Order: sequence, then C-alpha cells, then structure tokens
Amino acid sequence: MGVLHIVGFGVFFVVGSLFIMNRIDKKFKELKDAGRKGFVGYLTVGDPDIAVSEQNIRTAIEGGVDILELGVPFSDPTADGPTIQAASQRALAAGMSVSGVLDMVRRIRADYDVPIVLFGYANPLFRYGYEKVCADALAAGADGMLIVNLPHEESGALTPHLDKQGMYFISLVAPTTSKERARTILAGAKGFVYYIMVTGVTGARVEVAVDIVGHVSDLRDCTDLPIAVGFGVSNGAQARKAAESADAVVVGSALIKAAQAGTLDTLVAEIRTALDS
Amino acid sequence: MQLQPDDNGHFGIYGGRYIAETLMPILIEVDKAYKEACEDSSFNAEFQHYLKDYVGRPSSLYLADRLTEAWGGAKVYLKREDLNHTGAHKINNTIGQVLLARRMGKKKLMAETGAGQHGVATATVAALFGMECDVYMGEEDIVRQAPNVKRMELLGTKVVPVSSGTKTLKDAMSEALRAWVAEAETTFYVIGSVAGPHPYPVMVRDFQAVIGIETREQIMDVEGVLPQMIIACVGGGSNAAGIFYPFIEDKKVLLVGVEAAGYGIETGQHAASIVAGDVGILHGSKTYVLQNDDGQIQNAHSISAGLDYPGVGPQHAQWADEGRVEYCAVTDDEALASFHELTRLEGIIPALESSHAIAEAKKRAAGMDSDSVIVVNLSGRGDKDVDAILDFES
Ligand SMILES: Cc1ncc(COP(=O)(O)O)c(C=O)c1O
Repeated sequence: MGVLHIVGFGVFFVVGSLFIMNRIDKKFKELKDAGRKGFVGYLTVGDPDIAVSEQNIRTAIEGGVDILELGVPFSDPTADGPTIQAASQRALAAGMSVSGVLDMVRRIRADYDVPIVLFGYANPLFRYGYEKVCADALAAGADGMLIVNLPHEESGALTPHLDKQGMYFISLVAPTTSKERARTILAGAKGFVYYIMVTGVTGARVEVAVDIVGHVSDLRDCTDLPIAVGFGVSNGAQARKAAESADAVVVGSALIKAAQAGTLDTLVAEIRTALDS
Repeated sequence: MQLQPDDNGHFGIYGGRYIAETLMPILIEVDKAYKEACEDSSFNAEFQHYLKDYVGRPSSLYLADRLTEAWGGAKVYLKREDLNHTGAHKINNTIGQVLLARRMGKKKLMAETGAGQHGVATATVAALFGMECDVYMGEEDIVRQAPNVKRMELLGTKVVPVSSGTKTLKDAMSEALRAWVAEAETTFYVIGSVAGPHPYPVMVRDFQAVIGIETREQIMDVEGVLPQMIIACVGGGSNAAGIFYPFIEDKKVLLVGVEAAGYGIETGQHAASIVAGDVGILHGSKTYVLQNDDGQIQNAHSISAGLDYPGVGPQHAQWADEGRVEYCAVTDDEALASFHELTRLEGIIPALESSHAIAEAKKRAAGMDSDSVIVVNLSGRGDKDVDAILDFES
C-alpha cells in the first residue's frame, strides 16, 4: 500500500497518494498531536434492543468518545461483573448475534470515522469462523478485536486472520502480569495496550486502583504503543486520575448504567470534560 | 496416542487456557507448582497417606451377583467409589488439590459445585486443614441437593448462591472464575472435574487415576485378565478419566463414557456435550460444548445435578475423536430405573450420576457371554438424591 509506518514514534510517511492507516493509529496520533487524553467507550451491542443500542452508540460518539469498544454479547461472560453480564443477557434476549453486531458496525461506520474495536469472548467468533469474521468485520468497518479469554498463548489462531485484514488484536496486560511476560505479550502488539487496573471483573468501582502510575511506567519499558487503562472507572474525576499516566481511559459499565438511567449524554460529557481539562 | 498435553495444555486441538490475562500468571504458577509436586516423592507419599487413612482407599471392587444374574450376561463388577469418605470419587481430587494449595502457601479454598459432592469434598479438606472455604452453587442445585448444602455449612464452608443464568453448575463455575480473579493471590481454586483451563484437566485426571490403578490390580487378582469393558458416567468427566486413564493403552478394553440424555437427545433437553454438541470454548478450554449456531452456550438438562453441564473435559473430546472411548447417552428415566434396580437388587443406593453408568451397563451386559467382565464405576452414593427422587416420583 505504499506505507512506511514507524509505529513506535507515531510518525508515518506516505509514499504515493494512496494509503491505508488503521483508524486506531490515526486516532492516537491525533490525540498525541493535540496533547489530549483518549476516551475509550464500551457499550454492549443490542442492549436493551437494537434501536436503543444504536442510539446510545451514536450519543457516545457525538459526546466525544475517541474509540468505540463494541461488546459482542456472550452467554457466559466470565470476566464481567453484574452490569455487563446483565447487558449481555438483555442483548441476547433481544436477538443480538455476531452478524447483528457486524450490521451495527456497518451502520455506525456509514456516518462516523471513529475507530471501532470489537470486544468479546472467543466462542461466538470461533463458531462464526475466525477467518470469516475477520473478513466480514473489516468489510463492516471494524479496526480491531479484543478477546477477553484469548490470552497471548491462544491468540495465534486468530491473529493471522486479523493481520491479513489489517486489523489489530488488542493485547491486555493485568496487574498480575510480570514485566517479563508483558514484554512477550507486547512484542508483536498493535494499536494500543489495554492495561486492566484491578485484579477483578469489569464493573464501576468507588475507588480507582492506587498504583496505576507505577504499572504504566513499567509498561512503557515494554512497549512504545499508547496505553489505555480500564476496569472500574465510573466518573470524570476517576477518569482524570486514571489518565494521569496513561494515554487513554476505558469506561464501560458506567456508560451502560448511565444509558439505562437516560443520562448517557451527561456522563459522556463529564468524562470528556474531565479528560480535556 | 497423546497421553500428555503440550506445554500450553493442548490435547490436540482441545484444552488450552482460554482465560483472562489476569488469571494467566496464576495458572502458570499452579502448573509449575503441580509439576514440582509430581517430582517430589514426599508429595505423593502424603497424598497416598490421606487416600488410605482418611478416604479409606482402596475402594472395593465388588462382583454384583444379583445384578449379573438379573441381566443374564457379562459379570458385572462395581468399583465402589460410593464407599469413600464423603460418598463419592470427588474426595480423591480434593485431597490432591488441597495438598498442592498448602505447598503453594494458599490460605483459602474455593470451588464450584453441581451435585454438591465436590463442594462437600472441598469443604471437608478445608476443615481437615483448617482453611477458609467458599463454594459457589447454583440456586436450583441448592434446592435439589439440599442435604449437601447443610453438610458444607456444618463443615464451616460458606455456600455462595449463584442466581445468574440457569442457576446450575455452568453458572456456578462462571461465578467461581469471576470471584477467583479478585482473590487469586491468596485463594486456591479447587476445580471439581477434568474441565477448566490447563493444568486442571491433567491434574484432576492424575489425582483420580487412583481409581483405575486400583481397578486394574483388583480385577487381575480375582479374574486374572483385564475386563472387556469399563463404563463410567461423564459430567465434566473426572470419574471416567480416573478409571479410563490407566487402561488407555490397553486397546482391548472397551471404554464407555455415558453422558446424560435428559428428556432425550431429540428433545434438545440434555447434557450430552460429546454425543450432541460441537467444538467450542467454555470455562477456559476448547472442547465439545452445547451451543447454538451463534456460539452462545445452551442450557443443559439432566435429572442429575452432577451431569447437568454443557461442556466436558478436553481430553475426553480427544478420546472421542480418536475413537479410543465410546460415548453414549442415557435418559433421566433410564437412569431412574437403574437407580431403583441397583438399590433393590444389591442394597446399594447409587448417586443419580452413577445410575447413568449402571443403565448403560444393563444394555450392554445382556449381549455379552457369561465369561466376560464389565466394570462399572459407581462414582458415588445416592443419599443426596433421595429427597429429590421421592419428590419427583410423588
Ligand atoms: C457421584 C458423582 N458422579 C459423577 C459426577 C460427575 O462428575 P465427573 O464427570 O467429573 O465425574 C458427579 C458430580 O458431581 C458426582 O457427584
């Protein structure tokens, strides 16, 4: 494609007039150039039904979410707390499926350039077929996938298919991950690193974990990729604290709760303002 | 034939560690500790000591004369895991895992349970070693296996009710995995079957292999030959793996795994993951699972809480593909009939899980000649099921 892309410095050279750059890289470059922190927003697709879910996604984008994580609902979300479990159940009850998620991506992509990462568990994608789901996801307009129960050791079955489509496999690092292991995981990582701030499941928490700064700076020794931190962030103040050392903050369960309460636009605005101030 | 998985726990395409990154370092640590324990003769000596003096092993291999006569074919031997302390094979595994947990310096145990047998077996070793213990149990199972809930509570364990999903074993295991993430530093998760992420399928199989090792010695003593057939019920598959594994290279021994057909395979209301499921990923491993076309896990159904699970251990999936083990399924009604038949003919009240193996043995024994030998793994006793059966039949 005539692209020479030096990921580590966020610098890219365009040779010729045509180039494709993953929207995730492009977004992080923009954020960096503008000196801003990124807002990664998660919503479960199909919760509570297709129409309302689409409206919520649009609200989040309009409110200033930089990167969208669209949850592919799964019957047994073992890494999720009560909020996302319930959202997944509502979405499945409303008939959401992998192809339904891809349809949603297509509709959102028609109107927005926001990077989209599909977020979910391995089995629905495995069942759909890794090769086919990667091809269809690219065609729909997705930019990457984050599969909670596909750790580094198991990711090799999926990543070649993502690579072929120019999509990114987003790697997770946890507080339990040693620096040595983080190096191994991040050796071929792309897009950004998702640092899980707490040893626990997803869900809004009262306090943000304490030593994010230390963990994030350790991670910087292992990768030049941007670092997003998530799990537990529920309001603007927490987002701002979490973003001190990181490049972006992920908010999920709190957005779902706000959407249910009809206050999604307010929460998105609060977090956006906090991150920008 | 592959007997051991690769370094990442794969049995062919099955097994592995499909789990959140937060738990990966923990699982790697458990694997390392288990490998070291296997190399340490004092670990095995301790394990054998508790099996003998605390569990009461070896469990007997009993020739069921009246059953043999009634069925009119092969001689039927019962491997009496029901006679173990706490009444099922589950204690073999929990002894092994608690010893490992202690080696690793863990202070607390946690477990999931369906029938409550594994929960009781874990609560028992927690009491034995003075450890705190949480057992996750689906609300439906809490009702249908009430006596076991009381036993766990008496033993000092906290039974945590799980109200998500079908409120059975699948959801109990999901909830246990969620809870473990938050306390893995201090807590050892005692998985109750040959399921879950590596190294559990290997570790649990090895701890349960005592069943097959004893069976082999015992049958050679009395019959002088290996049995033609060994039959065991398959939920997650630990009692089956335990009795099959030491015979796996004896190709002449037909190994039969019996899944729960519930109301009948054709009704879709069953728990027969191998017989009627597809390859998928659940609770940390790739294996046969009950799922719909969109990869959502389907609810299992069985009258027996211990078989009511939509997945199966990954090594069973490999044995099924290789044709080394024959898997079939038995309905609720057939299992109930066998429950009564064994109770009346031999004075042994079997667990509903084990009753599935008895029902399959009945179908097979009649067609075999009287010199041939079948061993049925009687994985547990049925006291826990008495109330539920009386309710069901009234
Ligand atoms: C007596 C008995 N047999 C069998 C099982 C099924 O488990 P597995 O297939 O792991 O032996 C259980 C599970 O609770 C049980 O209690």
